[in-house]
Amino acid sequence: MTDDDLQIQLILDHYKEPRNYGKIQNETTSITEANPVCGDTLHFSLLIESGRLVDIRFVGQGCSISQASASMLTEYVKGRPVSDIKTIKPEVVLGLIGIELGPAREKCALLSYNALMKALAPYN
Amino acid sequence: MINALTIKKDFPIFSRKIDGRPIIYLDNAATTQKPRQVVEAIVNYYYNFNSNIHRGIYRLSEEATDLYEKSRENVEGFIGAGKDGTVVFVRNATEALNLVAAEYSRNLEPGDEVILSTMEHHSNLVPWQFLQEKGVVLKFVDLTPDWELNMDQLETLLTPRTKVVSITHVSNVLGTINPVKEIGKMAHENSAIFVLDGAQSVPHMPVDVSTIGCDFMAFSGHKMLGPSGIGGLYGRKDYLDHMHPYMGGGEMIKQVWKEHATWNDVPQKFEAGTPNIEGAIGLSAAVDYLRNLGMENVRSHERELIGYALELEEDLKIPGLRSYGPRNLDVRGGVYTFNIGDIPTFDLEMEMMSRGIRITGNGIHPHDVAQSLDRDNIAVRSGHHCAMPLMNELGVAATSRASFYIYNAREDVEKLFDGIRMTERAYAK
Repeated sequence: MTDDDLQIQLILDHYKEPRNYGKIQNETTSITEANPVCGDTLHFSLLIESGRLVDIRFVGQGCSISQASASMLTEYVKGRPVSDIKTIKPEVVLGLIGIELGPAREKCALLSYNALMKALAPYN
Repeated sequence: MINALTIKKDFPIFSRKIDGRPIIYLDNAATTQKPRQVVEAIVNYYYNFNSNIHRGIYRLSEEATDLYEKSRENVEGFIGAGKDGTVVFVRNATEALNLVAAEYSRNLEPGDEVILSTMEHHSNLVPWQFLQEKGVVLKFVDLTPDWELNMDQLETLLTPRTKVVSITHVSNVLGTINPVKEIGKMAHENSAIFVLDGAQSVPHMPVDVSTIGCDFMAFSGHKMLGPSGIGGLYGRKDYLDHMHPYMGGGEMIKQVWKEHATWNDVPQKFEAGTPNIEGAIGLSAAVDYLRNLGMENVRSHERELIGYALELEEDLKIPGLRSYGPRNLDVRGGVYTFNIGDIPTFDLEMEMMSRGIRITGNGIHPHDVAQSLDRDNIAVRSGHHCAMPLMNELGVAATSRASFYIYNAREDVEKLFDGIRMTERAYAK
């Protein structure tokens, strides 16, 4: 197996068994973002306490890249200070996906990132 | 008969390898590859004849003008335009349909109706939506369970207020070949004009506007071996004569004063500015290439390929695989649109209620399908195919689409289904 094959296995694992899937009952805020071109949709539910993203869950539908990146991103940011999360660059999310994506599919990968940043915009 | 392997030799792109392997190009409904003959015609124009056409009083310009106008005659002949009709060169089918919608509609009044269908490409939908601002009403013919147009419904939709019926000849998603002659007859008996979207038919089957009896027809050069940026609007001269120009500028005028101008004759009246000369010449070379193959042969070749695809689909029984389009090959073009599993549109409430806390859907998203096939160098398209109302009708967010042309062989269809089978296995949960 090449490194790419291993990474694809990891993406499929997140796609088939997404981490942090669902909705938080006492959420602080939530956001739904979609890519109208392909119908990829993500709904994030966030619990923020004392400037910290205590919990984050998502529900979604779409291609493996969009869903796996959401799953990976929730693992990556959960528990961290909001101010810290806001400094994350899109390249980090592409790095989590870890395989070469064409420009069209980068949009799939960054749907989660864009949604999260939009949801966090009003918070410090 | 068409020998795809011989034809392939005329297309330089097929000698290219990606990852050391040949390209299996199955995105022909989006655009086709170009044969050497077309590229050479364009190069020849630039090497030997380049100059601006019309009004140049020197030999180069006269020759270029001649090449341009002969190209028009060639294209007119190819689609069966008689002496009462002409071809206006435009950028593509989209521009052709925008031109008709914008300019013919000057005759329409509030309450007048335009009939379209659920299977239209956005290019034969959105330009007509603009007319709603002036009170024009849009009505839609739906599909039968066999993915054909509901002709009984069309009968009931036609009223004395119906002024335009604008329908696609072949669906770019379903491959449905519509009964255009009958539709034209119904429109005319109702004193409406019949506009035909020929983008997916002119490249793939014999199309004769005089036999069909359409008043306008739009088509794109790049979908029929020609270069991009050139297309045609066939129109009846008497209608075009009475229509207002679409764009103003050079070439479309006879005389210009400070406050007004008079229009040139049809078709130049609709070709403002320096046109796509190389495009017209390239399209004419494409027409020569297709005519040489014979459009009956092109059609029967594609019929065989789509028939083979449907046969493989039935034989292989790949879990979750379903396709959309008529099974009757008489009314089916070479388009195979499919999904693996359900690809529903997103509904948060439904998602939470029916699926609980984890993704359990059995579908493989069309983007994943396309990327997976691309790893085997198989090019298909995935998404909504510029037909979002049809996707809604199908109850899917997106689909994958393989579309065939003259250089595709049965082997390509086999590779497609191998790829689909491997993709299904890789994503199986």
